[in-house]
Amino acid sequence: MSTTVESIAAEQMVTADGIPLKVSLARARRRARNRALLLVAPLFLFIFVTFFIPIFSMLFRSVENELVGETLHRTVPLLQNWDESGDAIPGEEVFAALVQDFAEAQETKTAGRPGRRLNYEKPGFSSLFRKTARKAEKLEPPYKEAMIKISKDWGDIEYWRVLKRESGKYTKAYYLSALDFSYDPEGNIVKNPGEESIYIKLFWRTLWMSMLITVLCLVLAYPISYLLSTLPARSSNLLLILVLLPFWTSLLVRTSAWIAILQQEGVINDFLVFLGFLTDDGRLAMIHNQVGTIVAMVHVLLPFMVLPLYSVMKTIPPSYLRAARSLGANPFTAFVRVYMPNTVAGIGAGGILVFIIAIGYYITPALVGGQSGTLISNLIAYHLEASLNWGLAAALGAILLGGVLVLYLLYDKVVGIDNMKLG
Amino acid sequence: MTDANNAVVRFVDVQKSYDGESLVVKKFNLDMQKGEFLTMLGPSGSGKTTCLMMLAGFEPATHGEIYLNDKPINNVPPHKRGIGMVFQNYALFPHMTVAENLAFPLQVRKKSKSEVEERVKGALDMVQLGEFGSRRPAQLSGGQQQRVAVARALVFDPDVVLMDEPLGALDKNLREQMQYEIKHIHENLGVTVLYVTHDQSEALTMSNRIAVFDDGVVQQLAAPAVLYEEPENAFVANFIGENNVIGGKITRIDGQSCQVDVGESREVQALAVNIGAVGEATTLSLRPERVTLNPGDDCPNIFEGKVEELIYLGDHIRTRMKVCGHDAFIVKIPNSSTHAQLREGATVKVGWTMEDCRALDALH
Repeated sequence: MSTTVESIAAEQMVTADGIPLKVSLARARRRARNRALLLVAPLFLFIFVTFFIPIFSMLFRSVENELVGETLHRTVPLLQNWDESGDAIPGEEVFAALVQDFAEAQETKTAGRPGRRLNYEKPGFSSLFRKTARKAEKLEPPYKEAMIKISKDWGDIEYWRVLKRESGKYTKAYYLSALDFSYDPEGNIVKNPGEESIYIKLFWRTLWMSMLITVLCLVLAYPISYLLSTLPARSSNLLLILVLLPFWTSLLVRTSAWIAILQQEGVINDFLVFLGFLTDDGRLAMIHNQVGTIVAMVHVLLPFMVLPLYSVMKTIPPSYLRAARSLGANPFTAFVRVYMPNTVAGIGAGGILVFIIAIGYYITPALVGGQSGTLISNLIAYHLEASLNWGLAAALGAILLGGVLVLYLLYDKVVGIDNMKLG
Repeated sequence: MTDANNAVVRFVDVQKSYDGESLVVKKFNLDMQKGEFLTMLGPSGSGKTTCLMMLAGFEPATHGEIYLNDKPINNVPPHKRGIGMVFQNYALFPHMTVAENLAFPLQVRKKSKSEVEERVKGALDMVQLGEFGSRRPAQLSGGQQQRVAVARALVFDPDVVLMDEPLGALDKNLREQMQYEIKHIHENLGVTVLYVTHDQSEALTMSNRIAVFDDGVVQQLAAPAVLYEEPENAFVANFIGENNVIGGKITRIDGQSCQVDVGESREVQALAVNIGAVGEATTLSLRPERVTLNPGDDCPNIFEGKVEELIYLGDHIRTRMKVCGHDAFIVKIPNSSTHAQLREGATVKVGWTMEDCRALDALH
């Protein structure tokens, strides 16, 4: 009898009241987990509604293209049978469907928007659509001739090719133009000529300027952080307040201050002229160009580098350096081989933080960047606010996001995210 | 220097002040012989670590000169002194493996790769960590980290190794084990060790000589047995081991011995060690294990004691008594088959010889 009890016990542990131990344990854990989930649920919901949904809907706009197919719902299916690689424009039945679609769009006043959409691909579509929609109701067959009479663009095969290409539910046109590609008249994807490729150039500029800003921040922040971490608590707290002081001042004020300092009639130029280093007409251009952007952004982002570095350095015991010295290393070797490797976590955290903020920075380059100092984010803002080409803005944003993620993964591979220490 | 005493380390009239107002080290003189294990023992803030840091080169001496192998080293930077050091929290470099930690002092000395490998291996074997070379310090236990720290301080054959409370972070059993290990390493290598601790049993276990520090001054520098048996002043007597302290006034000095009035017109015969003139105050120091119960009639000091408290400690019974008006008088009764059976509240005769009762300077 006792042997059977033992063998059962060996197979399955049970609690005092006979419930299997595993079941009982799972039940106890589930309760704790549910309670934890309940606590984070409001935050999760908030972030989901205010962050994830807007971002995904915005990113979706970079490929979304339902407008044309919706408005021209009779024409588009018929266009699929048309061979765009030939020389002939579509036949009478397509024109007939198009007239009906336009007549309907005129009633619901929806002809303008697909026109504007197609105008991004080929200028002229917008006015063509408006003109045609106004007259569509009164047209009589044969529609083909009647339409071409309204505008001879309808006889131009290039318009038809664009219309067919951009009639699907999704489009890659935004991404192509975000990467400086476009379609030639035959519908092949070609690289834009040099003077028209602005986006790639801006991506590269954003990338190298962000990297430069990150490196400059690191160079400036490292000694400050070291000082902060070695000073006695009283003076280091005071210094830390000075480091954080810029956070309490409006970003606009700080950036405008840089304009006052760096401009041609500004403090630095006046001083250099006064000292005789510059002639009055040889004043340096330090604002509304790349120099201005870099100087102002390094200033704005410096605390983001100081804080992680400081928090890591504070945890490094001074005995490490002493041990290295006592083991025979001169001060420089001790610093490079013992101290610096221990600050990698802070360098990584500060670097990633500054770089990611810099790569998407908008206000400072907009104010002091001028022509040569604007970054990709300024162009995204332009397409959101001025040109209203949200699809292109979304595509640029998505590429930027993708690039940051790639760099992040690269960092994880090389340094390891676990090593990072924020604050 | 033309000094013939061959000291490896010499402190000559060293003083140290941090704030220019008070001296942390008042007047420190020390000669360390080659191969010696010397411990600086004292309460925290007594200046012992400061002396160590001055020798290592991390603190400049405010006054006086320190010699290493008869060369003054006050102006030699730490990395050129060739002194190994074991730090309180080991200060192992966390980004390097154990082997890389050990190789570091050899690499900065530009030793050849093969020599580095050989020496690292030798050092790891010495501390029985041969298998752990590729581990990170964080993956080792406290005792293992301690051994690595010792091995790292020794791997480049320094003249002197300094140890700054190296066992402070370990638990009691491990600490005792490491004390023996360090002692054996010292004996096997014949290296000169200057050790700092506030733990007297550690100092007694390991040292050839102990310098007892207090208030920036060396109170006594002697071998462990001498410190315990023949303390020269009341601080040392109290700091090393357990001690019964009885204050009194000198009534007669008679060559080696003296007579002390301990109050209520009771007179104690004591050994005159460190006393002033007749009439001055003195402190009598008496080890609890030197007190006999029911002594014979030839004992010079016999008094009545009232048992206040009995604490059973296994190997001995700690007995608190009221003797000569002092109710914190401790007697250690060895737990032998013939030991006296005492009850709390009982009165018993206690006695001690003149030699075991040392008359020292008055406690402040």
